[in-house]
Amino acid sequence: MTSLLAVQKTIPDLFVFFAGALMILAGAIGVIGWRNPVHSALSLVLTLFGVAVLFIEQQAEFLAAVQVIVYAGAIVVLFLFVIMFLGVDRTEDLRQEPLIGQRVFGALLVLVVVASVIALGTESSWLGGAHSVVGPNIGPYENVNSLGRAVFTTYLFAFEATAALLIIAVVGAVVLARRSASKTSDDAIGSEEPADSDPGSLGEGAADLERATKEVER
Amino acid sequence: MSIPGSWYLILAAILFGIGAFGLLVRRNVLIMFMCIELMLNAANLTFVTFSRTLDDIGGQADVFFVLVVAAAEVVVGLGIVVAIFRRRSTAVVDDLSSMKG
Amino acid sequence: MVYAAPYMLAAPLLGFLFLVSVGKRVGPKVSGIVGTTAIGLSFVAAFVTFLGLLSRAQDNREVTQNLFTWISVGTFQVKAALLIDPLSITMCLFVTFVSAWIHLYSTGYMKGERDYTKFFVYLNLFVFSMLLLVTANNLLLTFVGWEGVGVCSYWLVSFYFDRDTAASAGKKAFIYNRIGDVGLLLAMFLIFNHVGSLTYTTIFAHTGSFGTTALVLTVLALLLAASGKSAQIPLFNWLPDAMEGPTPVSALIHAATMVTAGVYLLCRMNPLLGVTPDARVVIAVVGGATAFVAATIATSQHDIKKVLAFSTVSQIGYMVLAVGTGAYIAAIFLMICHAFYKALLFLGAGSVIHGLHGEQEMKRMGALRKLMPWTFATFLIGWLSIAGVPPLSAFWSKGDVLDSVYSRYPALWVLGLVTAFLTAYYMSRLFYLTFTGEARFTEPGPNGEPALGTPHESPWSMRLPLVVLAIFSILISVIDLPWIHQHTLQTFLDPVFAHTIYDPTESAGLQWVLGGIDALLAVVGIVVAWYLWRGRSERPALTPKFLEHVWYWDDFYDAVIGRPGQRLAAFSADVIDTKVIDGAVNGVGALAVAKARALRTIQTGQLRQYALVLLAGVAFILLFILLRVF
Repeated sequence: MTSLLAVQKTIPDLFVFFAGALMILAGAIGVIGWRNPVHSALSLVLTLFGVAVLFIEQQAEFLAAVQVIVYAGAIVVLFLFVIMFLGVDRTEDLRQEPLIGQRVFGALLVLVVVASVIALGTESSWLGGAHSVVGPNIGPYENVNSLGRAVFTTYLFAFEATAALLIIAVVGAVVLARRSASKTSDDAIGSEEPADSDPGSLGEGAADLERATKEVER
Repeated sequence: MSIPGSWYLILAAILFGIGAFGLLVRRNVLIMFMCIELMLNAANLTFVTFSRTLDDIGGQADVFFVLVVAAAEVVVGLGIVVAIFRRRSTAVVDDLSSMKG
Repeated sequence: MVYAAPYMLAAPLLGFLFLVSVGKRVGPKVSGIVGTTAIGLSFVAAFVTFLGLLSRAQDNREVTQNLFTWISVGTFQVKAALLIDPLSITMCLFVTFVSAWIHLYSTGYMKGERDYTKFFVYLNLFVFSMLLLVTANNLLLTFVGWEGVGVCSYWLVSFYFDRDTAASAGKKAFIYNRIGDVGLLLAMFLIFNHVGSLTYTTIFAHTGSFGTTALVLTVLALLLAASGKSAQIPLFNWLPDAMEGPTPVSALIHAATMVTAGVYLLCRMNPLLGVTPDARVVIAVVGGATAFVAATIATSQHDIKKVLAFSTVSQIGYMVLAVGTGAYIAAIFLMICHAFYKALLFLGAGSVIHGLHGEQEMKRMGALRKLMPWTFATFLIGWLSIAGVPPLSAFWSKGDVLDSVYSRYPALWVLGLVTAFLTAYYMSRLFYLTFTGEARFTEPGPNGEPALGTPHESPWSMRLPLVVLAIFSILISVIDLPWIHQHTLQTFLDPVFAHTIYDPTESAGLQWVLGGIDALLAVVGIVVAWYLWRGRSERPALTPKFLEHVWYWDDFYDAVIGRPGQRLAAFSADVIDTKVIDGAVNGVGALAVAKARALRTIQTGQLRQYALVLLAGVAFILLFILLRVF
């Protein structure tokens, strides 16, 4: 029965695969190709969407959903936000390369890496690892079930740790983004104590935004 | 026959290569970040491929955590970028060479 | 009773330890008493040991007393053991006896000096080292004593260390000693190489394990050691300079004891000497030449102590000559007699110097006969002894030496006769200038020094040793008189030298003739000196500069060794040390800095370049894995 379903799903599988692959590659080339960072961000969305499609193809539905929600929905939005904040019309000149030999060596090395990975990946022995070490990856309707079971039992510590990591990230972001009131002499990035830490942050934030937009308009 | 796992691996490798090349060549910090995201996605794709071929849910669990960590990383990284931009008003990474030896 | 030997060593050692720890606190008077008593006790112990040895049969007089095992490394064993046999006990007896009387003398001579206690500290340590030297049963322990006496000599010669001349004289003595020590070390190495042990009895049993060349080299190395310690050619220059030390030091160390250590070593190693006739010739020639050269120098010295110093060198030359001939017992006999009359002469000179408030130039002495009668009388005896006038000791002992040399090396015998004449001559000159003639000390000195006050006789602590030593100078010859006491010393020492001694077996008639020649030369020397130096204090024609300046020997060493050595040192310091060595060290540092500066260029601070290098690392790892998989 499984094999019959498998044979019957071949052509749609191929179609889905190639569609997904096309989206991924187009988006990737777009990310590195556009000069305008907003265009790059949008291409990134395309890539992420393609990856989500391929996730579904591989029966990882939960992850596909999470990918779209978190990656495309939150992270790219965050990127766009920062791009707008910092000023988008600063495009870089792609024709020049100040570091000597960076492109040549870069291309060479990337080719070597990709070729090695492909060579290693297509070697059939690499695909023949131990089966079902953590838990079986059973069919489509059980994916959330088994994934949840794995995360909350085998990888519980990692789960808790990443939760703590998220909190730390949030705190870190708040500290980093705070505007320091007193001036410092060096260029050190970091958390300096603000002159006043009264909870008038809204007003402060608005003042920040105003200042930033003034800089942008300069 | 469903798609052989090696095809996905080749695709992931190419995606990784594109991301790496972009990281080396582009000078805008934000675009470099996005290239890092590309590489992470390539890794995720590889994980899921192996999860399918080895019939092991552990691969997907790993993707779960990679997603979380990537999110945290982007948050903090962009916070740093903002903080740098406030001082230097440049998003070009070549100008941030004060760690020169 | 023989086993009282360790007490003989312990007494001066305990004296040294007591004085070095609490000597300053107990004060000078107690220090002097303790120092002298320690040596006195040592003599008593030596005498008891001697009696114990006598009570044994003639052929059973070699006693080894093991104290403890000192070194034990694999098959190499060195024990701290004492060898009590006739030779060592003879040495111990006269060393302790003379030392005890010199200690008593020092209590009077050094009275009121600063560092009085330190003087006795060094003296006691010296006596301990000397006794260790002569009683050790192996070369390494002897070497410990050898070095000990060397270092005590250094301390005592530079006792008045704030005087530049004294400080350099101490250094000179030590350095010349050290050059000689190289000889002793080489001999030890050669012996150990061939025999495998440093113990005397073992060495003497294995003289056959040496090759001829090795044996000659060993004996010549021992000769070098002996020349360093006993002031023979080519290492004798230190002894005259060592007169900078206080007079009791000159008497004890540089007349009676330390300088005899070299002769003792050669006598102890007589089985080795017995099988190398070539090396013995060298020894004899060295001894004879030294005796002659030193005697010529002594005729032209103006400092009373320098005359006596060169006289010591000359007399020890006689002893070495005797050793070279194979007449070991004659050498020992001369050593014993010399110890007594030379110590007597030095102490007498010290008495004179003390009386004249430190004046040592004979040009400023004279007419002390009536003012210092005790010194005069005892010095007279010493003078006649050394001149070789019968029936005093040197006549018999020097006579023995010359008799043996006559049979073996006639050329050296003639040299010995000339030296005997010169000995009588210069000692007589010394005597006349010091004790007879006008009182030159009442006039201002030749360099404008003020006139000295009237000299006084020395205190009893100085006179008593003089008297005792004078008595013994006369009597000591009885131990080996040919007719009356039937060669007592000879029979006593015979077992030690049984197979190597050279017996000239001369007829009685020949002995009378040779003895007559000796006596005649002595008298002629005395008369000639009387005639020349009776009224005059200066005769430039008879005191040529060449002889006064020690045949320019010091200048020769200075030009050949000293100056080039200094130039080499300056060169090493300025060029090799600063340019080569410092340059190399600094160069390493500079190299490190340069390399680091070169490596710094990698750190460009460019983020993308770092990413590139990172990727290169990844590529490298992947390639490595590829290579392993395929």
